[in-house]
Amino acid sequence: MTIAIVDYGAGNLTSVKKALDSLGSRAIITSDAEQISGADKLIVPGVGHFAATAALQRNGMLAAIQAAIRHETPLLGICLGMQWLCAASTEAPDLAGLNIFAADCTHFPSQVKAPHVGWNDLEVIRESGLLTGLPQRSFVYFTHSYRVPLIEHTVASCEYGGVFSAVVEQGRIFGVQFHPEKSGTVGKKILENFCELPC
Amino acid sequence: MLTKRIIACLDVTGGRVVKGVQFLNLRDAGDPADLAEAHSAAGADEIVLLDISATAEQRATLLETVRRAARRLFIPFTVGGGIRSLADASAVFDAGADKVSINSAALCDPTLITCIAERFGSQAVIVAIDAKSAGNQHYQAFARGGRTPTGRDACLWAQEAESRGAGEILLTSMDRDGTGVGFDCVLTRSVSDAVRIPVIASGGAGGAEHFVNVFRDGHADAALAASILHYGNTALAELKQTLSTAGISVRWPC
Repeated sequence: MTIAIVDYGAGNLTSVKKALDSLGSRAIITSDAEQISGADKLIVPGVGHFAATAALQRNGMLAAIQAAIRHETPLLGICLGMQWLCAASTEAPDLAGLNIFAADCTHFPSQVKAPHVGWNDLEVIRESGLLTGLPQRSFVYFTHSYRVPLIEHTVASCEYGGVFSAVVEQGRIFGVQFHPEKSGTVGKKILENFCELPC
Repeated sequence: MLTKRIIACLDVTGGRVVKGVQFLNLRDAGDPADLAEAHSAAGADEIVLLDISATAEQRATLLETVRRAARRLFIPFTVGGGIRSLADASAVFDAGADKVSINSAALCDPTLITCIAERFGSQAVIVAIDAKSAGNQHYQAFARGGRTPTGRDACLWAQEAESRGAGEILLTSMDRDGTGVGFDCVLTRSVSDAVRIPVIASGGAGGAEHFVNVFRDGHADAALAASILHYGNTALAELKQTLSTAGISVRWPC
């Protein structure tokens, strides 16, 4: 099994690969459309500005990801990668997301400091293959200024300046707002669960 | 609920962890990668590695140390000391750091903050401020490891750093560093209330009650712990339990 970590120039991909390596998974970091198409699973990571996702439109990456989704390839969006799976973000209003999850990402309210940085706990709302084996209220590491509201596909929520989606799931497509690769043993378990999903 | 973070800090020179008092009298405290992993396993929420010598000759040693530590860490990992350019920051990120901490270089050229933030994101840029009391509840920022006064007010500099793209402030009280008498809650509170980004308090931790104070009275979002961890006089578990008992939300069990 090969997991392709999609490289579109947004953030530290080596930490995602390092975490997968430690689990004994074969992961490659790539921006090559053929390698994305040929992978058994996809991870779209990313930190930073929503505008960075525009780079996914280069080199046929977008078409390769869309084709993979049609072929029911499991896909995990991390942080900005999760937000890109949504319809849009007020951070870059002219740019469309993939609209797998019909929601708009918005900035945290001004009553709380932003970015939301640190360890916060997950409230699991419904069962998810991604969260198998995790106790309720597990802590994970977040760093983001925009968030996805609660939607019908939310499987776990988090509270900071109101409740928002921490994990979303629709079919074989998953999004996590936090960084599993930086969330210690809890994060590794989530990545392990993703690795173990049937291809 | 967002928890208050306990960040284990490793001061490194020549590939070894050391600890001094008020920036002087260094003692050897062990191997950085071993200590980083041990602190992570014991419940530290993040690791900061500060290259306190930061000479050009030792740059290669530092990058190798960062690589070795990063390989064994699955929690956020910050590297600081001697980062003077986008290229220096890039090398540290390539070696496996998640964030960089910049201090003197940012004071010298504040556009460096924006430059790194635009390339790696604000979440990856911590501006470190070494502050010393100037009387009347005013604090001055110092450069070059606390050796050079800048004439800048610590609060105003923190606000400027935020506006230029810093994602967090690492605030060290030079008056308290290494003394073990407690964090400077007045300094921490004035900076934390002046900005809208998280502030990490540093300098002076000697016991668990000091952490309670800096979270409660100092409005810190995170606190740095160094010597009290190396020598085991306050285990992380014990510290987090004390915080939890005091009603401060922490990540425990990890």
